[in-house]
Amino acid sequence: MSARRPYVRSMDGWWRRDPFFVRYMAREATAVLVVAYAVVLLIGLIHLSQGQAAYEGWLYALRSPLAIGFHIVLLAVFMYHTWSWFRIMPKTMPLILPDGKRLSPTLITGAGLAAAAIVCVSLVVAAMKVAA
Amino acid sequence: MAEPARTIEIEVLRYRPEQESEPVLQSYAVPFTDDMSVLQGLQYIKDYLDGTLSFRWSCRMAICGSCGMMIEGVPKLSCQTFLREFYPGKVRVEALSHFPIERDLVIDASDFIGKLESITPYIMPKEPRTLDQGEYLQTPAQLEQFLQFSGCINCMLCYAACPQYGLDSKFTGPGILALLHRYNADSRDGAREQRMDLVHTEAGVWSCTAVGYCSEVCPKGVDPANAVNQNKTASAMDFFLRFVAPKGSAK
Repeated sequence: MSARRPYVRSMDGWWRRDPFFVRYMAREATAVLVVAYAVVLLIGLIHLSQGQAAYEGWLYALRSPLAIGFHIVLLAVFMYHTWSWFRIMPKTMPLILPDGKRLSPTLITGAGLAAAAIVCVSLVVAAMKVAA
Repeated sequence: MAEPARTIEIEVLRYRPEQESEPVLQSYAVPFTDDMSVLQGLQYIKDYLDGTLSFRWSCRMAICGSCGMMIEGVPKLSCQTFLREFYPGKVRVEALSHFPIERDLVIDASDFIGKLESITPYIMPKEPRTLDQGEYLQTPAQLEQFLQFSGCINCMLCYAACPQYGLDSKFTGPGILALLHRYNADSRDGAREQRMDLVHTEAGVWSCTAVGYCSEVCPKGVDPANAVNQNKTASAMDFFLRFVAPKGSAK
């Protein structure tokens, strides 16, 4: 008879064992708030289809302190989401080999973050011009 | 010149199936010098303090991949980690996470070995050549496609870093998928289609959620997360391309 009795350890609370896992779970959790904001925009779109008064009502609701607070939280969460997303990006891409050497992950992450920043600033500037 | 003797506390997770129903921590006071690795600390324990302690090791220089363990909760090669990093604190050593413990720091690696065999981890030549025809030629760019993935020493640290493998060991896992990619990405190889059958399944690349810790802990800079995620793209491409150009079982 075999004396073997391999011991299998529990995975309970695995994500609290390492700061790396905590950051991973935070990244995944931010996706939920991304969906939440998509729902806010979808509600706006539905109101728009119901005519001007409905749309103005949606805009007015967005000016409430609760809505503004929610948006500030969303902004912070989206910034973390963007950062974590571009940080994992080099690991999810095919190898890019200019001059036969692998492009540095820092450069890929940096380019992604720069592109996100440029797009955001351009959108804000464009929106302000339209509003003016 | 003799260095002043310092003593560090090494805490080892012991498991002796014939006397313990679950693992317990045991402490040892180990004299050490600056150049001593955690592995050497364990060897000191086995030689002078407690001969019953079990652990795997072989080369002592990060080549063989035998001495992986959890050191202060992080998967590391014990030959490459030095006791001085933890002094004056203590250092806790446990068997690699996510694997069944066979005894003390020795894990049961049979699941890993079985998966290794399943991926045909060798080149199946696309075009068989005789010796007279000479060697297979590759450009530096073709070499770069697989070179880093060939650095794997099967130490299984990436498995101890992968929560998806810990939660469900049916997942093929980072190291084996990186090796699979090493052969698929080799321009001399012709067995890609056969290996892709494994990649497509849920136990293949699709159980990976891009945690990315596997690549952080790899002692050889292999980046298994990249290999796995490149194959998610490849698997998705195969899925859509079969509507355009059916082949194999999709025909």
